Amino acid sequence: MSTDKETSGTSANWLKSRRKFLADMARTACGVGLFGLAVGLYAEKSRALPPTALRPPGALPENDFLAACVRCGICVRDCPYDILKLATLGEEVATGTPYFTARTGPCEMCEDIPCIVNCPTGALDTGLKDIAKARMGLAVVVDHESCIAFQGLRCEICFNTCPVRGKAIKLEYRANKRSGKHALFVPVVYSGDCTGCGLCEKACILEAAAIKVLPIALARGALGHHYRLGWEQQGEAGRPLVTPDQEHRYNLPDGVHYEHSGRGLVVDEPAAPAPGAGDTPFSSNPLDTLNRGIGGAK
Amino acid sequence: MVTPLKDLGKDAIAVKGWFGAHKWLLLRRATQVGILVLFLIGPWAGLWLLKGNLAASTVLDTVPLTDPLLVLQMLAAGFVGLASTALLGAAIVAVFYVLVGGRAYCSWVCPVNIVTDGAHWLRRRLDIRQSARLKPSARWWMLGLTLVVSAATGTLAFELVNPVSMLHRGLIFGIGIGWAVIAAIFLFDLFVARHGWCGHLCPMGAFYGLLGSASLVRVRADGRDNCDDCMECYEVCPEPQVIPPAVKSAAAGGSPVILSGACTNCGRCIDICPNDVYAFGLRGRALVTPRPLPADHPRNSAPGFASNVQDDRKIA
Repeated sequence: MSTDKETSGTSANWLKSRRKFLADMARTACGVGLFGLAVGLYAEKSRALPPTALRPPGALPENDFLAACVRCGICVRDCPYDILKLATLGEEVATGTPYFTARTGPCEMCEDIPCIVNCPTGALDTGLKDIAKARMGLAVVVDHESCIAFQGLRCEICFNTCPVRGKAIKLEYRANKRSGKHALFVPVVYSGDCTGCGLCEKACILEAAAIKVLPIALARGALGHHYRLGWEQQGEAGRPLVTPDQEHRYNLPDGVHYEHSGRGLVVDEPAAPAPGAGDTPFSSNPLDTLNRGIGGAK
Repeated sequence: MVTPLKDLGKDAIAVKGWFGAHKWLLLRRATQVGILVLFLIGPWAGLWLLKGNLAASTVLDTVPLTDPLLVLQMLAAGFVGLASTALLGAAIVAVFYVLVGGRAYCSWVCPVNIVTDGAHWLRRRLDIRQSARLKPSARWWMLGLTLVVSAATGTLAFELVNPVSMLHRGLIFGIGIGWAVIAAIFLFDLFVARHGWCGHLCPMGAFYGLLGSASLVRVRADGRDNCDDCMECYEVCPEPQVIPPAVKSAAAGGSPVILSGACTNCGRCIDICPNDVYAFGLRGRALVTPRPLPADHPRNSAPGFASNVQDDRKIA
């Protein structure tokens, strides 16, 4: 009898302690799980790098970068121009990660790229040896209405500051329609050479820069992958890859021909008159002129 | 006899003097501040002894140091191409803490320790007794969580909110509104849970505790025969559950070494004990020979000796 009682008491205790253990486990798991959910959602939100924040040269694509950067700040210390910052909590940039802002502190494009050299994890790719191959962003002349070059004024600060001078930003001429007789010297960015250093944005003389460095994904369009540019393919192949178009034939009177890419309808020059045909090219008989026909056939 | 809370530490001071009773605490604070200064002397004076922060750094621009837990998070996030520098740095750090006691990171290096110790000190001064019932094992869940959120988001997600790296980075590079997180930790430890963050939740503590469960340098209670149950060490210890298996296991033939990885090797028990129960030593060997208390030890005579005063406080 007493044995039964003891056994049931023990098993009740055991059940009680098991219940308590499970309840504690569930409580902890729920609390930690909720915290984890919040952290996960915050991490997803932090993935969006604001367009004004640029990563140091050699940074991996943003998604890889956020997995690779331990936020140690060694790049910040190694930048001789002190342009890099570690984001603090509350900034739009993921907490602790390095970035710079072109307008206030652009990358000076050091030839030895000191910010990359000591990156312990490879978040900044130490394989990048030529700063001209860095792609931190892409400069875009975003505002043609305020850029004074588009008003016909000579500025060209961005063109002249660009470290890849004459390649990443070129000045192109356009007609100044306002004056009707002058040229516009318009800056045009070429993505093939622009490193996204931001020196042009820093140098822009406007109150708010008309040329801005944007993240490449934001700045660039993309041609559908099925597009084939015939002239490029023709250049690669050395011959047309499609049957050439038949040239249009015009039914024109004698002495007239058509130039496709040129003057259009052209009246052939009349053959020089035979020597001694007369002292004057004009016949004394007016009917000769009237009957001569367009081509001057006799 | 249990020492009343208001007399905490008085006996140790009576026996060893104030400096003797705060030796390890002072050394620890000096180390914590010293490490910060080593990181700051670069930007301040251009002397680059240590560059970076606790996440990763270089010593004299040559020896890399990396937080091994961050390396694990990187791998969990799917970044497998990490540079060998980070791996070497993590190995150096891991070996170091296996030698000196994993959670020595917590008590000798981590800047949050100063915040939570401050909260605990104030908690005692204000006599705040109530505490939320947190399981110390919650930290294992938190450790798992850091890896799970890394894997789920493909980023070092926990680093966005990690108070430890936030404070250390903040002190060196600027903290922004990160101070609010630190204030939250302080208030949490003060009003919500005793030793709440460091003792129950911090996943870094959990990880370094794992390293420490095999560590060489340990606190030993070789003088446990001197213990008079004053309970002062329990009061100051950030992980009091680690004490009884060493101090109270003499009868059962247990080891006098505090073996739990949760022990932070802070040495507060050594400082506070008036009876020389504790000393730093190695896992397998005592470095200080414990002596029986001399006959004229105050505990045997002085009526003013706090632990001689009867107290009805229940032994925890």
